[in-house]
Amino acid sequence: MMWETVIGLEIHVQLATKTKIFSGASTAFGAEPNTQACAVDLGLPGVLPVVNEEAINMAIRFGLGIDAEINKVNVFDRKNYFYPDLPKGYQTTQLDKPIVGAGHVDITLANGSTKSVRIHHAHLEEDAGKSLHEDYHGMTGIDLNRAGTPLIEIVTEPDLSSSEEAVAFAKKLHSIVTTLGICDGEMSQGSMRFDVNISVRPKGQEDLGTRTETKNLNSFKFMEAAIHKEVARQIDVLEDGGRIVQETRLYNGDTGEARSMRSKEEANDYRYFPCPDLLPVVIEESRLEKLRANLPEMPDAKKIRFISDYSLSDIDADILSGNQATAAFFETAAKLSGNAKLTSNWVLGEVTRSLNANDTTIANSPVTAEMLASLIARIKDNTISGNIAKKVFEAMWNGEGKDADEVIEKKGLKQVTDTGAIETMIDDVLAANAQQVENYRAAPPEKRGKMIGFFVGQAMKASKGKANPGMVNQILKKKLDD
Amino acid sequence: MAIDASEIQKVAHLARLSIDDNQVDATASTINNILELVDQMQSINTDNVEPMAHPLDAVQRLREDKVTEENNREQLQSCAPAVEDGLFLVPKVIE
Repeated sequence: MMWETVIGLEIHVQLATKTKIFSGASTAFGAEPNTQACAVDLGLPGVLPVVNEEAINMAIRFGLGIDAEINKVNVFDRKNYFYPDLPKGYQTTQLDKPIVGAGHVDITLANGSTKSVRIHHAHLEEDAGKSLHEDYHGMTGIDLNRAGTPLIEIVTEPDLSSSEEAVAFAKKLHSIVTTLGICDGEMSQGSMRFDVNISVRPKGQEDLGTRTETKNLNSFKFMEAAIHKEVARQIDVLEDGGRIVQETRLYNGDTGEARSMRSKEEANDYRYFPCPDLLPVVIEESRLEKLRANLPEMPDAKKIRFISDYSLSDIDADILSGNQATAAFFETAAKLSGNAKLTSNWVLGEVTRSLNANDTTIANSPVTAEMLASLIARIKDNTISGNIAKKVFEAMWNGEGKDADEVIEKKGLKQVTDTGAIETMIDDVLAANAQQVENYRAAPPEKRGKMIGFFVGQAMKASKGKANPGMVNQILKKKLDD
Repeated sequence: MAIDASEIQKVAHLARLSIDDNQVDATASTINNILELVDQMQSINTDNVEPMAHPLDAVQRLREDKVTEENNREQLQSCAPAVEDGLFLVPKVIE
């Protein structure tokens, strides 16, 4: 039977505020346990929450960034359950008046077409603390530094139909929230966590199959693997005549294993009610206007501009505009070097390769946009060939010069463009390879094109790569054909 | 609507309240009295009444995003039954 996969996502995005959503405690990552958990975060008796204005602003910015309606009157609700990393016994969240209403996020599929993924809503809530299950004399350790960190939970419609689409969506969302500056995007620190709802159904069937939810995936790679695994599992169960049980599953990225989580007792009985400690948050039109006026250029708009301003291909523009830091790096280098196409090739080529090989990000690249621009300028004006440029790049990467000119000067890599010098060198090559010269001249013209490559290679080798390849080619042709 | 003994036990469990078996019936009848009152209120026509989220007719004041709390761990943990390496210790939780 042909099966169809249906995927919906719930994404927890940690907002990049300095303080908690309801208290003035710091949200900085990596502090000593419980040093950033104040009386409000601990839920001690007698404390009252006060809403962080910046958390409201950031949630609104997200809504404006995805063309969504912003709810003017916001109510916070209590979601009641007991767990040790939730000291109040309830999570303050939003149930039926979420701050961000329906919107959409458009993704580019592998075949180049665009798919619009509907966002059902996004609501504000607080994060819980962390349970450390290492053995503390048979007890569990609790760190409440994360408790009260502001989150938006973004809920999509079940519009995704493969792991590839889900990952493309996740990356796009990452690009949107980092462009907006509302999230640091550090997935390994849990700044974005994905819950994936998956079901399968026979192709053509209207009704949705029973779904499972795989929780807390914090890397694109894990997400892709977890979806593949769960889709295969569900199809196996159904083809063996079984049925899917609605459950929450956990995927372990390190082992690649997935298992059913103990289904929370009375799972759906959270007994929500409006939080009596918080008054409604009313968003005035003036606040919306101010935030709208200060929205940055969103990735989709940037992509279109890159195509029209720099004549980039759709696919190159898509990658370059997808990451705020990469886009800024590219634009700075393109403007300084005056050659966008070459800059794009270098950013997507050597720069990306070196970043990946050294497991670092463009913000920490030892070769800055200015340095890359200096390199491209020297390729453009024929000071160096593309091959030598790679050596110069490597040298700059290793800290052997503040720009391309310094490296070229220090290493004597300047391209030889002196016709006399190249001619002398070629004469030597031809003299040393008399037999090949004879073969060349005896060959029919249509075969010569390939054969000349040998002489070019020899000449470039003799010049240690510094001869201008175009000139070598031209002079060789002249000498061999005449 | 009326609730029975098993419902009382379920709600008590969700709220982590301990109710003795011999108190269950009395508790059920007390709560049913309250629910009767709720039923009476339900009969009022509220067609054009906007549900309110808070009894005060006021809006939430917002706070500037500035760190105002200092590390006060020692004092805050002084009332915890068990602490180690800065962590609160609780009975083992296994998922």
